Parts: sequence; structure tokens; C-alpha cells
Amino acid sequence: MSDTLPRDAAPPMPPDPDTEDDVLVRVDKLVKHFPVRGGGLVRRTVGQVQAVDGVSLVVRRGQTLGLVGETGCGKSTLARCIAGLIPVTSGTVTFEGRNITNLSRRAMQPVRREIQMIFQDPYGSLNPRRRVGAIIGDPFAVHKTAKGAARKKAVQELMERVGLNPEHFNRFPAEFSGGQRQRIGVARALALRPKLIICDEPVSALDVSIQAQVLNLLADLQSDFGLSYLFIAHDLEVVRHVSNDVTVMYLGRVCESGPKDQVYDSSRHPYTAALLSAAPAADPDAAAQRRRIILTGDVPSPINPPSGCRFHPRCPKAQDLCGQQEPALEVKPGDPATHLTACHFPVQEGESLARVAGRERR
Amino acid sequence: MSLLEVTDLRVSFATADGLVQAVRGVSFSVDSGRTIGIVGESGSGKTVLTQTLLGLTPGGRVEGKAVFNGTDLLSLRPDQLRKVRGAQIAVIFQDPLTSMHPLFKVGWQIVEMIRSHDKSVSKKQATERAVDLLGRVGIPRPAERVNDYPHQFSGGMRQRAMIAMALSLSPELIICDEPTTALDATVQAQILDLLLRLQQESGTALIMITHDLGVVADIADDVMVMYAGKAAEKASKNDIFYRPHHPYTKGLLESIPNSSAAGDRLKPITGQPPSLIRLPSGCAFHPRCAYVMDRCLTEQPPLAPVGDDGLHVSACWLPVTAAGLAAEAEELRRRAVERGRNAAAAEIARAIAERPESEGSVIA
Repeated sequence: MSDTLPRDAAPPMPPDPDTEDDVLVRVDKLVKHFPVRGGGLVRRTVGQVQAVDGVSLVVRRGQTLGLVGETGCGKSTLARCIAGLIPVTSGTVTFEGRNITNLSRRAMQPVRREIQMIFQDPYGSLNPRRRVGAIIGDPFAVHKTAKGAARKKAVQELMERVGLNPEHFNRFPAEFSGGQRQRIGVARALALRPKLIICDEPVSALDVSIQAQVLNLLADLQSDFGLSYLFIAHDLEVVRHVSNDVTVMYLGRVCESGPKDQVYDSSRHPYTAALLSAAPAADPDAAAQRRRIILTGDVPSPINPPSGCRFHPRCPKAQDLCGQQEPALEVKPGDPATHLTACHFPVQEGESLARVAGRERR
Repeated sequence: MSLLEVTDLRVSFATADGLVQAVRGVSFSVDSGRTIGIVGESGSGKTVLTQTLLGLTPGGRVEGKAVFNGTDLLSLRPDQLRKVRGAQIAVIFQDPLTSMHPLFKVGWQIVEMIRSHDKSVSKKQATERAVDLLGRVGIPRPAERVNDYPHQFSGGMRQRAMIAMALSLSPELIICDEPTTALDATVQAQILDLLLRLQQESGTALIMITHDLGVVADIADDVMVMYAGKAAEKASKNDIFYRPHHPYTKGLLESIPNSSAAGDRLKPITGQPPSLIRLPSGCAFHPRCAYVMDRCLTEQPPLAPVGDDGLHVSACWLPVTAAGLAAEAEELRRRAVERGRNAAAAEIARAIAERPESEGSVIA
């Protein structure tokens, strides 16, 4: 592919000893700050929204990286940076060993074929005035890969592949239910046979029974086409179901990352532990037994994040050090080399943080 | 007698496309200090059901009875209903951003709520009460925050303010319509915790409408599962989760990803919910049901007891003993289906099995 690239493309990255063959995307110390402008005439910059602040992660070929965090933690901004939809402030995004950070529009074009997105809202992400066939056919038009009868045939094949009736290509999005619309979004993302699909809360707007249909579809497509997913969601059970590795973000930073079982079953970061304990389980006995870690307060503003560890004002384990020094994302004693935690006082095995919760149960 | 007793409630709306039968004969009751969870997919009628109780479904044709403290809410005049709404029955809506007026201070909105029902309270007294309420629901520095506008509150704080407003007149019943759906998990945990605590303090009855079975498992005492405007199954929380009888309830439980089967294939319910204008004949769930039998196509199953206590009822033709997720129950279901299935149902069953789980009827 590289020989077809225009001349203004960035030079390929020097071979990195750390780059294994199975790495598809490597994000390194990515920073994205949005300026906050004052209300005066000059509109000078009065601050920065530190949406993403030094995030590193790796998506492996044919695998799924789950990205979890609350509203405003920067997970969607990170996704948009990786897809090249917004320029990054600093740091790099490497795709198949090639630096694709802040490429020009023309240089980015061939890369966009490889990285596609599925959005959360199946109502807002489809133009209501265009027919489904035209929506799914757009990627072919933009990248000039198929037209006329060939495009129609490709569109119908895609529709069949994602479980839509190919005869419905002439209908409008409004004639489909939420789950079917999400399938239209999936078909559009799949059109150019990308290597990476960034799924930004793809099932959050769907009912449980329909959500399971779409999750099964995504799993089938992954095994059929060898896709890699960056799967963003706030539903921890969904992320656990689809992911190989999981990264937990809080206020623009990674607090914990590692293989799914490590992060879920032996969480080290108090925030991960709180998040897991807060997720409702559809099992009354488990719900009655569980000791919840009820965090106090809300997520602070990313314009003026807390000093040191950004989680320290809400953390049940916080000590003086946490407010002064930022913890490094590192392997904690007893953990495998793939399990990283950014915490001065990681949760120990068997330790309970639920002392704040202790609520009466009937 | 129960605090609220709803009997055979029916709500329909005339539209250009035909009559939308949103609620088709639902009965349930709520007692003081208890929580009933109403679960169902979008369009199952759960919101219309509760809004009708408060007269918030203008244009709908309403039949049935809803007796609250001895009076039938459905027979009240609008001005009589206004005295009940807010004061005796409060509502907390899903979206805390749009359910508050953006141009009025949070405190003013609570004060207005109090004073519109009780003119004898002075503005000063009402403001004091608002500050006290905001403090009770866990808003820090309530005396200052009472003068903030809704946009100065975060999503979780707005929902807390909504709860404060709902509590302001000490209602006997609070209807929560997906109160935590728009919130993050940690904030959702805070809000559910708060609702439980307030219920224990004041003995309020709660109706919790949600599509999240996790919320129900956490907070409800009894559960009603709705499908296409009818109750599919009603039972105590434990019976719903551990001894489901209706295939729809079972399907909902099985389609949730859970930790024990992480990575396995999920078992979704095939197809889409039906159109409420052209409902399927017989049992409305039959076009999606893996256990479809011949009589399901023509006869609507009544809600019948399926447990020992008589409180667990399910609207399904499967034998009453075939409840639960265990292998024996599955065997009972399989045998019943073998007996009850002839050519007509067999064809539907084949269509369900062969249909890519995705395919379904397009909403017309």
C-alpha cells in the first residue's frame, strides 16, 4: 500500500524493537487539549480542556480492545484522534507500523479505508433523507472503488451479511428499527473491508435482546474478516463479553489496563474496583451480597484537573502522596507484565473498599 | 388494600396509520414501602402505562381503573388530578436535563412546586425546605447551590435535584421512569442507593420503570415484565430471575452478557418487537418464540398462576410446571412443544430457527 501513497505522507516510523507483528495500532502518549477561549473581544485562550492527557495503548490484529470510562473521561475524543477525525496536540498514532498522526487530508485518505467507525446513535448517524442503499454505498463512492450495478451488488451483499433484507436497499432509515439501523451503520463501516473498526458505544442505545443480536454480529464479522475492534462502552458486562484486553480511563488518563480477566478479576486501581462494584448485575442474590463502593462526588472538570493522581479527591484509599505526585502506569508486584496500573496504593488481593457503602438491605 | 390498584388498564391512540394499542389490559398493584419494577423493551407500553395514571397522555383513549387511596385516578377531572400529581404521586423522568426548566433557578423550581400545592407556605419557608431537601439528597453546600441554574449542575446532581423536587411534598408514591439510564455506573449506584435509603426513611412506594434488569435486581421487590402492551409475567424478584416461566422473560435474561459465560455466543431473542398497530394474532410474542405451539397462533394466553404462592403469574400456554432455567424445565418445555406443535406452528418455528437472528419484520 505504501507505494501508492502521495509524496507528502509522513516517513515510515523507524523499526521499533518493541513492535511485534500482531500490533495493528499503537497509540503513544497521545495528548489532546481543546482551548477554552475567554468571552472578550480578543477571545484569547484562558485554559485547556485536557480531554486526553498522555494515553498509550495497543490494538492487536484480530482482537478487541475494550475502552471503559465514565462520561467525559476522553474515550470518544481518543477514538476520534485515532481515526484522524480531529488533530492531536502531541503524541503519536501508529497504524501498521506507520505514523499516521496529523497526516494531511490527502495522505489520510488511503488510511481511512482501513479505519472505520460505528457510532452510538443509530438515529443521528444516518441521514434521514437518503436511502439505505445510498448510505451504505457512500464509502464506495468516496473511495471510487465501485459504481453503478457493481456498487448496488456490493451494497446488497453487505446488507445480507449484516442480516438486513437486501431488497430493502431503497428504503429510508426511518423505516427501520433501532437495531436494524445499527446494522446499517455496521454495513457502512464494513464496506471497504477495513482492518480496524472503532465502535463508539455501538449498543448503548439498543434494548437488551437487540443488543445481543448486534454483539453476535460483530463477533461473527470479526472471525470472518479478521477485524480488530476498539470497543468503547460504559457497560462493563458488554465490554467484558467482547474484549481481549481492557483499558480503563479516568479524566483523560489511563488508570488500569491489561488482559480482560486481570482487569476484571484482580483489579488493582481503586477506580476500576469502584466501577465494577457499581455496575448492576442482573442477579438478585449477587446484588444483595455485593458490597458497593459508593464514590462521593462527581468527575471533576478536565479544565482544571486535580493535582497528582486525578482520582485522588474521590478515592477511598487516597493519602497525601496521591495529591502531590502523579502515579506512573506500571506493573505492580505480583501482576503479569501485561497488567499495568497507575496507582500509589493499589488494591491488594482480598481487600475491601466498600466501607463507605455499607447500606442496609432488606 | 394496596396503595395503588390498577385494573385492566387499556390505552390506545388513533393515528393516521391506524389505532396504536399501547397498553392492552394491564393490572398491577403497589403497596406502601414496596418497589415494583416494570421491565420491557422500547415500545412495550411501560411509560404510557404510568403516564396515563397521571393524566399525561392527552389524546389517548383510556379504559380501566386505577384506584389510588380509594379514588379512581382515571375518573378525576384535570383540576382534581393536578392536586394529586406532584403532591401524592411524584414522577422522576429519565432525562434530568430536559425535565427542568433551564431558565429558572433549581431552588425556585422546588419552591414553586411546594407553593403551588400549599399556598400557606411562605416563600422563605419554602426556600428553607428546598435547601433542606437538596441537602438530604446529597448536594454539597445546598444553601449556595439552591441559587444555581440547572446547567450549573452535573447530570447526577440534576437527577438528585429532581428527586429532591419529587420528595418536596412527601408523596406516597414515586414513579421513576428510567431514572438512571442517562447516568454513568458510579452515579447510577449513588442514585439507586439514595432512592432505597429515602424509601426506608419514609415508606414511600416506588414504581421503577426500566429496561435494565440489573437495576431491577438491585432495587425491586416485585417485577412485571411487559411485552407489546400486556404483562407477560408478574412475580417476586427472585421468581423472575431464577424461575422465569414466560419465554420472553427467559429470553431477556439469557440475552444479557454475564461474567460466567464471557466470550460465549449470546442468545438473543430473534426478530423485532411487533408493530402496535398490527399486532400478531394469539400471543403477541409467538413470531419470536422458540417454543411456539399451534394454539399460540390463535388463542391469547391469560395470566395464570405458575408458582405455589399464586403471586407468580405468566401469560403463556406452556405447562405451569415448566418454569426456571434448569435442564428439567427445558425438558418439560420441549415435551409440551412436541405435543402442541402441528403444521402451522412448525412452519413458524422453522422460520425462526432459519432466520438469521438479525432479520425481522421492518417497522411499517
